[in-house]
Amino acid sequence: MARNAAWTLMPIVIGLVLTTLALIAVGADPLKAYSVMWNGAFGNPAKFSNVIDAWIPLMLCSVGLLITFTAGLWNIGIEGQIVMGAIFATWAARTLVLPSEILIPLILVAGMIGGALWALLAGALKVYGRVHEIFGGLGLNFVATGATLYLIICPWKRAGIASTSGTDLFRPPAWLPNLPGLTVGLLEIIVAIVSLVIVYLALRGTLWGLQLKAIGKNTRSAFWLGIPTSRHMLGAFALCGMLAGLAGAEQAIGVWARLIPAISGGYGYLSILVVLLSGFQAIGVPFVALFFAAVAKGSIALPLDLQLDSALGGVLQGMIVLLFVLSQGVRARLVR
Amino acid sequence: MRLELKGIHKHFGPVHANNDISMTVEAGTIHGLLGENGAGKSTLMKVLSGFIHRDAGEILLDSRAVEFKTPAEAIRAGIGMLHQDPLDFPPLRVLDNFLLGREEGFLQNRAQALADLQKLSQQFGFDLDPDAFVNSLTVGERQQLEIMRLLSLGVQILIFDEPTTGISLPQKIKLFDTLRVLAQQGKTIIFVTHKLQDAEDLCERVTVLRHGKVTGEVARPFTADELVRLMFGQSLQARARATVVLGEPVLELRDVCVADYRLRVPDINLQVRAREVIGLAGIEGSGQRLLLRACAGLAQPVKGEIWVGGTKMNQQPYELFLDRGVSYLPAERLEEGLVPGLNLTEHFILARRVTKFFIDWNAATANAQMRIKEYSIRGTPSTKVESLSGGNQQRALLALLYPNIDLLLLEHPTRGLDFESSMWVWRQLLEQRESGTAIVFASADLDEILEYSDRILVFSGGRVAQVLSAKETSVQQLGELIGGKGL
Repeated sequence: MARNAAWTLMPIVIGLVLTTLALIAVGADPLKAYSVMWNGAFGNPAKFSNVIDAWIPLMLCSVGLLITFTAGLWNIGIEGQIVMGAIFATWAARTLVLPSEILIPLILVAGMIGGALWALLAGALKVYGRVHEIFGGLGLNFVATGATLYLIICPWKRAGIASTSGTDLFRPPAWLPNLPGLTVGLLEIIVAIVSLVIVYLALRGTLWGLQLKAIGKNTRSAFWLGIPTSRHMLGAFALCGMLAGLAGAEQAIGVWARLIPAISGGYGYLSILVVLLSGFQAIGVPFVALFFAAVAKGSIALPLDLQLDSALGGVLQGMIVLLFVLSQGVRARLVR
Repeated sequence: MRLELKGIHKHFGPVHANNDISMTVEAGTIHGLLGENGAGKSTLMKVLSGFIHRDAGEILLDSRAVEFKTPAEAIRAGIGMLHQDPLDFPPLRVLDNFLLGREEGFLQNRAQALADLQKLSQQFGFDLDPDAFVNSLTVGERQQLEIMRLLSLGVQILIFDEPTTGISLPQKIKLFDTLRVLAQQGKTIIFVTHKLQDAEDLCERVTVLRHGKVTGEVARPFTADELVRLMFGQSLQARARATVVLGEPVLELRDVCVADYRLRVPDINLQVRAREVIGLAGIEGSGQRLLLRACAGLAQPVKGEIWVGGTKMNQQPYELFLDRGVSYLPAERLEEGLVPGLNLTEHFILARRVTKFFIDWNAATANAQMRIKEYSIRGTPSTKVESLSGGNQQRALLALLYPNIDLLLLEHPTRGLDFESSMWVWRQLLEQRESGTAIVFASADLDEILEYSDRILVFSGGRVAQVLSAKETSVQQLGELIGGKGL
């Protein structure tokens, strides 16, 4: 246990050291940079609520990816699934005129359907078309982004102008309610945590979870054992897409109150890193997601306070994941 | 170039694959290397061509000891090998393949290579389009390409591993002509085969291996009798068999044809009845696996009908075969059967057909404990399957089978197992048979085939022989059929 922790912490420490060296090399004060980042993330409740804003989609997507990774699938298409969720949610928010209590659940369900359908497409390409899910997903990501741009510029353009800044704001009943004075609401926090717990228990304690695990470790043997491998793979895609679509819907009605071109915020790709760094285990996901959210939001303050580019946050995140993967490789060699 | 092997030893774990092998091959001759599956032919040739390193012994070329660690070094020393499944690059063009392995720096001289290729083609009368993609060639043409590639690299000793498998008769005649020309040019040819006829037609001398040892070296003219005896040894006394009352037909094959990319076995007709044991004999890769997989619902036959218990099963999903009581035990236990990374408890949960959605881990562990005891598997419920020994993996696979099987299909049921485990496996299988199961199994071990089968189906060179009654068949007869004689 202690040894596991050491192997997980080491890459973070080395990553921080290397980032520090990089900061010194460009003539910046590392301590100051870190304190700016820290304050940017945790300085006051409003800032921390921004971190939670990023934490929620990271959680939802990472939880979805736990399912597909268990089945041995690399669902790179999760970005597009977020986008499709946002598109379906936007359609619902623009079309339906209903009171908030009915409208918001409907919008979220629409988002989940959008994400699930888009993921099923990647799954069908893999299962029936023999297209590897990485390539299928990558292609579908571009299509989804293209579709967003088209919708924003053409059918859903703002009255009078067609601008890539996004659609008109949704009507207020479609907005996710926030906690007083903050940018985040209780509902999405609860949904994120509940979904993690459900998926954790399902992967651990159900026949379905064990069958997915078998498929992920050896599809041929799983098929031999009589497990319906194609159906389970499609199911894993659909569930992951559902959660990604939920994240997309939440971005649309909870953060932006409209559809914007970069609606996914890159959270899909980032959550792949979150799951990698969590060692594909549910336990680590909320903490790693929080760390990534804090680095992402904290580094926004860097250019303002220190004239450093906020890309530093990305450098730190990427470096830690690389070092983590490297340390796993080194560990496998040493332990063998 | 004269080749001498002296006292070659090679171990793989407990298996002594090459045990003190010595042989001499004179320059300008075609020398046969004969033996059944697992006799050690491939290991010896891989040692010679630099793929694996020997544990002990010497390799001498023209009486000079040589040493190489990679196939490239072996080629530089003058030894090249044509593998049974050609090790070429199907998505590349003929000329690109021809260029591979040349050591001429970064920039290649394609014009020179093209000229070389055309000159060699002319010399042997090959007709290969340099711009064709290799995956559009037949196996025979790919051999021709590989021969020319090795010759252009200056190889003096050529090893052919089962080169007549999967090529047409005209291509075989062409190949034999080519080999004779090569020998006349002074090249040394080693011809690895299990086909008696090929060895008799082509080779001047033959070395026979069995169980990793040289059992004899004979010069032309050979008699099939002698070769079969050297290859398969003397058979054990036939066991007194219990009389079994056969039941209803379980499996029926009508004019079935199975095929893959290099093999096509037509006209398989067979009826298997409950409590019957059918042995599929033949050198590995002669179609037994294809047939077993077709009967299990894991592959489709190209032609013909497969009936299980009175239902036509063509195009039916694998699940339906399972429902009908058909079970298949593959030879590759960790590739297609067990799931590395999962433990025994998890396997037993997965293999149970209907179960609750939520897993009761305590009950599952208790159940696993019971099965482990029942099947005497050396392991615990939390043992991951990949850390079990081969024998215990086979026990685990048997323990995973569904109850009430009507038809049990097995591929090499005792391969890699020690004597005790083999006996144990067959005791289990015969018990299954007592309860009404029909068994169809493939094995490369003739003794196993003769001892346990009621009837035998021999696969050889893309054909299936008449079904034999095991009682009236000798090892000699079986060996000749497998070697492609009297089919």
